Amino acid sequence: MNEEKVGVYVCHCGTNIAKVVDVVDVATWAGEQPNVEVAREYKFMCSSLGQELIEQDIKEKGLTRVVVASCSPHMHEKTFRGACERAGLNPFLFEMANIREHDSWITDDKVAATQKAKSLTNAAIARVVHHQPLEPIPVEINPNTLIVGGGIAGITAALELADAGNHVYLVEREPSIGGHMAQLDKTFPTLDCSACILTPKMVDVGQHANITLLTWSEVEELDGYLGNFTATVRKKARYVNEEVCTGCGICIEKCPAKVLDEVFEVGMGTRKVIYRPFPQAVPKYPVIDKENCIYFLRGKCKACELFCPTEPNSIDFTQKDEILKLQVGNIILATGYDLFDVKRIPQYGYGRLKNVFTSLEFERMVNASGPTDGKIVLRDGKTPPASVAIVHCVGSRDENYHKYCSKICCMYSLKFAHLVHERIPDAEVYNCYIDMRTPGKGYEEFYHRLLEEGTNFIRGKVAEITDAPRIPAEEGKLVVQVEDTLIGRQRRVPVDMVILSPAMEAKPDSKEVSQLFKMGCDFDGFFTERHPKLDPVATMTEGIYIAGACQGPKDVPESVVQGAAAAARVAGLINRGTVMMEPVRANIDQDKCSGCRICNNMCPYNAIVFHEDRHVSEVITALCQGCGTCVAACPSGIITGAHFTNDQVFSEIEGILWDVRPEKVLA
Amino acid sequence: MSENFEPVIVGFLCNWCSYRAADLAGTARLKYAPNMRPIRVMCSGRVDPQFVLKALRNGADGVMIAGCHPGECHYVSGNIKALRRFVLLKKMLRQLGVEEERVQLVWASASEGIILAEKVDKMTAEVRALGPLNWNKTVLGGNGHPVVKAEPVAEEV
Ligand SMILES: Cc1cc2nc3c(=O)[nH]c(=O)nc-3n(C[C@H](O)[C@H](O)[C@H](O)COP(=O)(O)OP(=O)(O)OC[C@H]3O[C@@H](n4cnc5c(N)ncnc54)[C@H](O)[C@@H]3O)c2cc1C
Ligand code: FES
Repeated sequence: MNEEKVGVYVCHCGTNIAKVVDVVDVATWAGEQPNVEVAREYKFMCSSLGQELIEQDIKEKGLTRVVVASCSPHMHEKTFRGACERAGLNPFLFEMANIREHDSWITDDKVAATQKAKSLTNAAIARVVHHQPLEPIPVEINPNTLIVGGGIAGITAALELADAGNHVYLVEREPSIGGHMAQLDKTFPTLDCSACILTPKMVDVGQHANITLLTWSEVEELDGYLGNFTATVRKKARYVNEEVCTGCGICIEKCPAKVLDEVFEVGMGTRKVIYRPFPQAVPKYPVIDKENCIYFLRGKCKACELFCPTEPNSIDFTQKDEILKLQVGNIILATGYDLFDVKRIPQYGYGRLKNVFTSLEFERMVNASGPTDGKIVLRDGKTPPASVAIVHCVGSRDENYHKYCSKICCMYSLKFAHLVHERIPDAEVYNCYIDMRTPGKGYEEFYHRLLEEGTNFIRGKVAEITDAPRIPAEEGKLVVQVEDTLIGRQRRVPVDMVILSPAMEAKPDSKEVSQLFKMGCDFDGFFTERHPKLDPVATMTEGIYIAGACQGPKDVPESVVQGAAAAARVAGLINRGTVMMEPVRANIDQDKCSGCRICNNMCPYNAIVFHEDRHVSEVITALCQGCGTCVAACPSGIITGAHFTNDQVFSEIEGILWDVRPEKVLA
Repeated sequence: MSENFEPVIVGFLCNWCSYRAADLAGTARLKYAPNMRPIRVMCSGRVDPQFVLKALRNGADGVMIAGCHPGECHYVSGNIKALRRFVLLKKMLRQLGVEEERVQLVWASASEGIILAEKVDKMTAEVRALGPLNWNKTVLGGNGHPVVKAEPVAEEV
């Protein structure tokens, strides 16, 4: 048996572990296990004092192996490996037992939790004895970066990286970049015009020598790993030749077909069938909406082609989708958000009661370049409302829909109240809120400004919006039924217009996107950061970063911060040029391989070659990703999966079952 | 079977999906049966049938193999290999008289902490209902087969 000196450290994690697991018992017990030289428990093992404890023991007691029983290795494996390394111990002679996420946080049963903690710790002890020193594998970082999503978060990240001299591919699904911010009129709390601050950034992206902008495009496949990803991008046919188009817009003017614009104008306005979503779109080239194009439907029209002034003609009805393979080292996802579908709350009447609007519809309405030229009017397109109710928290802070607070809706609802006061000074405005949430620089001050502007604030959740009058004053009005919790009474507020402020929610395809990029999303569909506090823009997958509202509800300033932060993280890696990868790789014992070739077909990366001359198989280390599938398949058991060897796993199994193993384990 | 029998289940969780699902279940403070003891493997494709047998022989009442959903494996298709092996393994275990519920293959993506927790609860209940496995008796001594008489065979670790 191995003569190893193992140090075991059981973490309290404040009370996160110690509240449920008897950490003192676990440590005392661990101290009595074979090979264990020292076992301690400590409040916070990840703190510098905790780490020093390990370092000191390695130096003074000559530890040859270290086990820390604390949180998930995804949280702190790196931290403790670092401590081992600083004390001169190979970092792979370390093992972690996850007694927090997998134990103390999932049960209140102290006895069972303590028993499980012993099992997991013992498994780690049994395993670590068989660990071997390993050296990380250096990987070169391709300096190009892929950014997915061209909202303000993606734009910021792209500009930061490009300005620092790095090449960026910015892939946007829609015909133009800009995201939701391009749809907004003014932005809280300073009320600067959204287009005025966004457009210059969009233009910078369009003109930047270091940015390849791919709009009307989507990533379809991703291969590879940190430093060396290959992304397959579909660049959808625009039917407009970008090489020659000058973006003059004559084709748009001449196109005879108009359709409802469901995307940019959220159904509030129309667009041509050859279109740019909005006048300041970047890039300026229009797209033909094939589904509605008269030529594609009936084989005749081509008005756009007829009037196109460029030589050669920019319209190209034969254009095909292009498939591009992009080689990049890092990826930033900035795919943004969607709004909660207000039709899911039928008692709010959206779709049935015509003067109930969504927040984005209202944004488009107040926008000077929007469908009503900035006039606040009812659906008839002309009558200004004399009274408006704004309903906060639609679909958020609601057990039935989203439990979370959507964070930005109070602020934009206040902004709406201000805009109504500004445009229709006599109008009565009612904001129905559950709690007023305005944390942020200048935000609470903005709320106070609205209080002074004469907005009526009603604290209570709206129960119903109806057009059934009970008294003459409600005749022809929308009635907002709400319990005013400050005066403790039900109120019926008759108004002309209702604006619903729906929750920001994850994109409907966020789960598929997270799978495509091999990282996680949470129950609500928002992408999961590596650490909620300390690593908010990295993900569990090396080389993949997230920024903006795809990570959770966020306003523009926060999205910008994240975009820049993600860019800084990527720039750091590019700067380093090479990073060290886990040496978890397979290796075939060339002397013992029988040449059966069973492993050859197991490898998803074609990393195993067969030498016809010697009749043996070999793993190409550079291609191997360390999944271990070949290791499990080898009938002779002579493929070793470094750090997950049979020895190591078998010992772990024995260790984990310490309390239930029969006296004699029979074959 | 004793009244308060609590089964011990060994879980082989893949690093990318299921181990993270279990992390998420914890982070979200979901309460579920503490009976499953997780062992991390890089991919469900690494789970050698010997791991399962080893766990059963060593006193586990059940084994859960958990990986990414088909088509979502971090290593493209390791989980499909795991599925194929699992089918064969099940056949063999059936012949040995080990009930179907004792060895289960489940899929849980990194965002599916709830699903993982539910699967653990369900499997724990099922194995609890079956009672202890007791490999030495059930598999080696039951069904009229003689218990191995020779010296306990040293394990081929
Ligand atoms: C009504 C309303 C009013 C608001 N008012 C304000 C305000 O006054 N002040 C303020 O600070 N904030 C405001 N906000 C919040 C603001 O809209 C967001 O903070 C900001 O837009 C988030 O930017 P983003 O880049 O993360 O996401 P988005 O703006 O959603 O951009 C994401 C981009 O990614 C693209 N995309 C998505 N998926 C893919 C994919 N798979 N492949 C390629 N591209 C993809 C999308 O097409 C989009 O262009 C408001 C929001 C609403 C709803
Ligand atoms: S990595 Fe999860 S099953 Fe392969």
